Amino acid sequence: MAMKTNGALLKLEEVNKQFDGLLAIADVSLCLYSGEIVSLIGPNGAGKTTILNLISGVYPPTSGEIFLNGESITGLKPYQVAQKRVARTFQSVQIFQDMTVIENVLLGLHHRLRSGFVQGMVHLPAERKEEKRAIDQAGATLEKFGIGHLAYRKANSISLKEQRCLEIARSIVSAPCLLLLDEPASGLNIRETEEMADIIKGLRQQGLTILLVEHDMNLVMSIAHRIFVLHHGLKIAEGSPEEIQRNPEVIRAYLGGTHNI
Amino acid sequence: MTKTRKKWIYFSALAGVVALLPLLVKGGYYLLILNIIAINGLVVLGLNLLIGFAGQISLGHAAFFGMGAYFSAIFTAMYNTPPWPTLLGVMIFTAVVAFVLGIPTLRLAGHYLVMATLGFNIILYILMVQMEHWTGGPSGFAGIPPLHLGSLPIQGDLSCYWLLWTFFLLVFFVSLNLVDSRVGRALRAIHENELVANALGINTERYKVVIFAISAAYASLAGSLYAHYLSFISPKTFDIFYSVQIVTMVVVGGIGNLWGGLLGAAVLTALPEILHAMRDYALLLYGLILMGVLVFFPEGLLPGLVKLVGRGRLVNGNEN
Amino acid sequence: MIWSQLPQFFVSGLTSGSIYALIALGFGIIHNATGIVNFAQGEFVMIGAMTMISLTQVVGLPVLTAFPLAVLAGMAVGWLMEIGPIRRARSDSILILVMITVGASITMRETAMHIWGKTPRTLASFSGDEPLVLGNAAILPQTLWILGITLVVVVLLGLFFSRTMVGKAMRAVAENRRGAALIGIGVHRMKMLSFVLSGGIGAVAGIIITPITTMSYSAGVMLALKGFAAAILGGYGSMKGAVIGGLLLGAIETFGAGFVSSAYKDAFAFLIFLLVLFIRPTGLFGKEEVKRV
Repeated sequence: MAMKTNGALLKLEEVNKQFDGLLAIADVSLCLYSGEIVSLIGPNGAGKTTILNLISGVYPPTSGEIFLNGESITGLKPYQVAQKRVARTFQSVQIFQDMTVIENVLLGLHHRLRSGFVQGMVHLPAERKEEKRAIDQAGATLEKFGIGHLAYRKANSISLKEQRCLEIARSIVSAPCLLLLDEPASGLNIRETEEMADIIKGLRQQGLTILLVEHDMNLVMSIAHRIFVLHHGLKIAEGSPEEIQRNPEVIRAYLGGTHNI
Repeated sequence: MTKTRKKWIYFSALAGVVALLPLLVKGGYYLLILNIIAINGLVVLGLNLLIGFAGQISLGHAAFFGMGAYFSAIFTAMYNTPPWPTLLGVMIFTAVVAFVLGIPTLRLAGHYLVMATLGFNIILYILMVQMEHWTGGPSGFAGIPPLHLGSLPIQGDLSCYWLLWTFFLLVFFVSLNLVDSRVGRALRAIHENELVANALGINTERYKVVIFAISAAYASLAGSLYAHYLSFISPKTFDIFYSVQIVTMVVVGGIGNLWGGLLGAAVLTALPEILHAMRDYALLLYGLILMGVLVFFPEGLLPGLVKLVGRGRLVNGNEN
Repeated sequence: MIWSQLPQFFVSGLTSGSIYALIALGFGIIHNATGIVNFAQGEFVMIGAMTMISLTQVVGLPVLTAFPLAVLAGMAVGWLMEIGPIRRARSDSILILVMITVGASITMRETAMHIWGKTPRTLASFSGDEPLVLGNAAILPQTLWILGITLVVVVLLGLFFSRTMVGKAMRAVAENRRGAALIGIGVHRMKMLSFVLSGGIGAVAGIIITPITTMSYSAGVMLALKGFAAAILGGYGSMKGAVIGGLLLGAIETFGAGFVSSAYKDAFAFLIFLLVLFIRPTGLFGKEEVKRV
């Protein structure tokens, strides 16, 4: 991975985001280092998903800078951020329902493949070879998540847990340098959540850097190296899981809200 | 892999039918209709890629069709340029015009392209009628030379049948390939959820603009072929009604279904001929068909019927 | 020489601008409630005008009685369109619904052709044709009717949306359809109402402009196109934008025709439309849409 040895992989510098004059994110700065799993927690409406959207370019920050490997990615479009190998999943599963499972994964490889309109129209041998390699790679990734047997099923015909796996498979198939996960366990039951935790730990063992937004505190505490706490758009704490659990301000924020740790 | 084989089988069958039809069909009139089906089929093919894969509607494909026809006519008849290179040049020019038109309109969510293309069609129609010196005005443009194969002119309904259908099959095959490729997958993703497609690294704006330009190029090609085939063109052919007709063919056949599009083109090209007495009611009929199919079979008549048959079989318990 | 005609241009720009503003409002109302670009907007205008012509010329009703009846006809057409094809569509894809309005537009246009024929029809002015001379400009009494009635419609609409419960509910639906449904607003009823309202406003536009321009079964297409351009100019979906965009488009168009060439007058609306899309796609008063994931 090409990066400066001491620099952060991802860096947010005093990022602000306003919607119609409403401050959603206020002066948030944070750093992510390669190989880490960092979790972003906070009560509902704290601005967690907004941070992911800002990083992945869904909308630009009102002020502040975002750096990837020391290079500014502020204001880039989502597809440009993705091409810089930042992959993400969504809070509500976003897979292409009308396509097959494997086609969904192939879309995750899209920006790693080269064939354009002309090659597609003529189906040159090079294009066919690339396509075949991509299908093999997508199939292998599906196997890794234990949903290889579903490859040619329509994506809308598989269970929610399988859809979440598919979404993660789609996001990591291109070997991203940073993975943004938005509540991967939401909607899953206790057993499925445990399986999801194992999957994320597996990703960590592969050396993936992950920024995880999650509500399930057990999940977060068991897999995150470091935690950032957001409250009303402000970063109110950061530290190891143990430190966060003891932090009085965090406890107050959560007790004031609707959630318990 | 079986999908590719299936595509080959269906396509070979189509090619076989095309090769055999002239043996069964006698008489210039039926050949004329078949030839017009090939021309409409080409325009429908392009529009289907746009509507079905980029999720955008154009009500101005008659304008691109007309650009092909009029530019080919003006250059080859008035300036004696060689027809084949002219056809290619006009195709490229039309694609560039569409590209420029698409940049501002396709960048936005919503349906700005519909109005932009509709307006473009109206303006172009006004130009065709007004610029008499170049276009011959409302009375039309006659004396367009035929295309040549070597030194042999391609004239007459039968020769043109082979020419037009060869072109159709070629473009059809190329389009089937495109749909079944990395680009086609990206286009389908854009149609289903543009934001997510973008987040996966697909430059959605670029893809939409390029597919719009390609679909305009198909229409231009069809227009050039049409002009050389009939040797006479007039503005009436290129008004909004034709754009509406083409959209209706796409919708009836099934949005995003290239085979359905061919069926739509065939049925709706032949229909007004069959219902000759309906002349004054033809357009009304188009409006009703367009609405009716969209309301009851939003996926198109072909996929809709396939589904109905499938459901019928399920109800009868023949299929488990 | 041409400068002395400026006041005249101003008056005719304001006249056609009022009509574009009304059509743009119709587009905006339906768009806000449903997300649909209604291609039949121009046909509402045409049907309102044609009904007015029939009521005054064939039935022989006085203007004062015929006017509200023709507006009712426009509303009825809007209502039928919503409860018919739009509501019965077996798809909620905006693309499909937009194309259904294209189909509806053709159907209405062709039906109108069979009812009222192909030749353009005229309508008598509401109160004579003796122009008022004001400095360098001659103002037709009908122009005053157009400006006055447009003003009344805009003010009434403003009051409707800001003061009445139903109007506020419609704004809530425009802002957030799901949220509106959650607090118990009948989104279906609001959609229907938006079509009825647009049909009525379209009819008003057609009735008041016809004494000046005549009306034919196919005139709706161009009117809709220009109304749409006006809506884009002002910012699609913005009510204030629709009115200002309409007036601006009317002015630009008349001045363009006066100073450049009247043969290509219709090209101006389209060129302006494209220019706006290139330079400021959100229009003068449009809000940038925030997409939600």
